Amino acid sequence: MRLEYFHLIDRVDAVDREAGTLRASAQVPTHSTIFEGHFPGYPILPGVLLIESMAQAGGNLILVLEDFARMPFLAQVEQAKLRRFVEPGTQLTVSASLVHLGSGYAVTRGRVESASGTVAEAEIRFRTLPFPSEETRQLMFDHARRLGLQPPMRA
Amino acid sequence: MQETFSAVADIIAETCNIDREKIRPESHTINDLGIDSLDFLDVTFAIDKRFGIKMPIEKWMQEINEGKVSVDDYFILNNLCARIDELRGAKPA
Repeated sequence: MRLEYFHLIDRVDAVDREAGTLRASAQVPTHSTIFEGHFPGYPILPGVLLIESMAQAGGNLILVLEDFARMPFLAQVEQAKLRRFVEPGTQLTVSASLVHLGSGYAVTRGRVESASGTVAEAEIRFRTLPFPSEETRQLMFDHARRLGLQPPMRA
Repeated sequence: MQETFSAVADIIAETCNIDREKIRPESHTINDLGIDSLDFLDVTFAIDKRFGIKMPIEKWMQEINEGKVSVDDYFILNNLCARIDELRGAKPA
């Protein structure tokens, strides 16, 4: 995780287009200013960041399934459960599975797991829109490559 | 059509917290029922799931924006239900 860049997943380990699933790794940093405030003397990863990690896993899954033709934006979080505290340094697995790919929207089911078991889960809904610019699309390609995805080649 | 309207009205009532009695075949989803875009996303998802279809909302919006059809053609419930029935009928057996 690069919390200062709001990059909540480090690497995509597996994508199955047929099954509509994606699995990613996320290493919680040992130090971050976020932990100075959340909470003083008792550092745990904020639950909203666990939700965001599931949104980023689901968003990358949608990018792949839509062949990077549309950009997903977080629209709604349903049935979110935050089951365990996550301490600095914890290794997480973040997975997403497609529930429905609609017209202009998509729904995924997200899950975060650590060695201790399931940490969080939620249904995440996205709006999907055309990329605001070709430049943004190319920058998203670059980010996807850094995560280990193989987006379409640059035009 | 009546069965489709009844199912869609139930979905709208539950999803958007609207009194079921106020939802009529001639109701306009935006002008009469005040459904906003986020609630409409919920309604669309519930309809897609309920009928096993994919409502082509993006295509419909494009047709409206290009002036090929009016908003009423898709967003008055009677018309919406007719579109849903067409999509259901077009599904592979």
